[in-house]
Amino acid sequence: MTYLRWVLLALVAGLFGLFAYMLAQPKDEFVHSAMIGQPIPAFDLPPAVADRPGLSNRDLADGQPKLLNVFASWCVPCAAEAPNLAKLEAAGANIVAVAIRDRPEDVARFLEVYGNPFSRIGKDDISAVQLSIGSSGVPETFVIDGEGVIRHQHIGDIRDSDVSVLLAELREAGA
Amino acid sequence: MIRLLLAFLAALAAPAVAQDLLPPAPYAYTQLEDPALEARAQALMETLRCLKCQSQSIADSDAPMAGDMRHQVRTRIAAGESPDEVRAWLVARYGDYVSYKPTVSATTWPLFAIPLLLLAAVAVILRRRLGRAR
Repeated sequence: MTYLRWVLLALVAGLFGLFAYMLAQPKDEFVHSAMIGQPIPAFDLPPAVADRPGLSNRDLADGQPKLLNVFASWCVPCAAEAPNLAKLEAAGANIVAVAIRDRPEDVARFLEVYGNPFSRIGKDDISAVQLSIGSSGVPETFVIDGEGVIRHQHIGDIRDSDVSVLLAELREAGA
Repeated sequence: MIRLLLAFLAALAAPAVAQDLLPPAPYAYTQLEDPALEARAQALMETLRCLKCQSQSIADSDAPMAGDMRHQVRTRIAAGESPDEVRAWLVARYGDYVSYKPTVSATTWPLFAIPLLLLAAVAVILRRRLGRAR
């Protein structure tokens, strides 16, 4: 019967080893979209501000790859990523946006303060488009190819080091 | 005096968590007119996970996004989709993460298998011990 004792000891030791290993792993808190590789679902959003047109899925299948930024004026990291969105625009990226649960006057003020790198901004008051593409927060940035297929998802604000990654993903999508 | 000052400061403090100012989606807090459809929607919402709060179902959560998800569920059920179709629509977007309904899959089978194996081991050990005692 003593071998059973050793087996149990080994099992418990193995379990604690597993705990230690899993605790040491960095936790991925992000909910990743399962829509990568899928065409963007049909939608048609009215403009979020007066000086930019709204956004529909047809605008995302016009042959030119684009960045789709999901943002809101009430979102603090969205302000933090503004300089890097400006860098992406300066590097030639066509950036379109969806404003989540936002008032036109708040969006306009946000863009006035932090800059407006967007060629189109759709107004999504019930997060419908956000839910349809598997986005679970703001800000998120999607790479959409010229056919309107979702190629890449960036979750969270765009840091300095993410700019080159997103440009590379855009090139891979055919830009 | 300090208490008064603290109360004054607390009244001034703005919440640190960013929140939007828009009203909730039409069917976030409004039940469907048809009680049978509402019951189906409610049962489904209790098995869908809030993406923002993670330990609550969308039926339990007051997060704006959970409200927007309830709106999707109710309007889709009202439009004639079955609860399974609505769940499949969400799982196609967020993966198994969004579902609270346990399913056996390539990654979850050990959760179902391990308790059975443990029970089997207990049965074997008990049999041996009791058999020896007799």
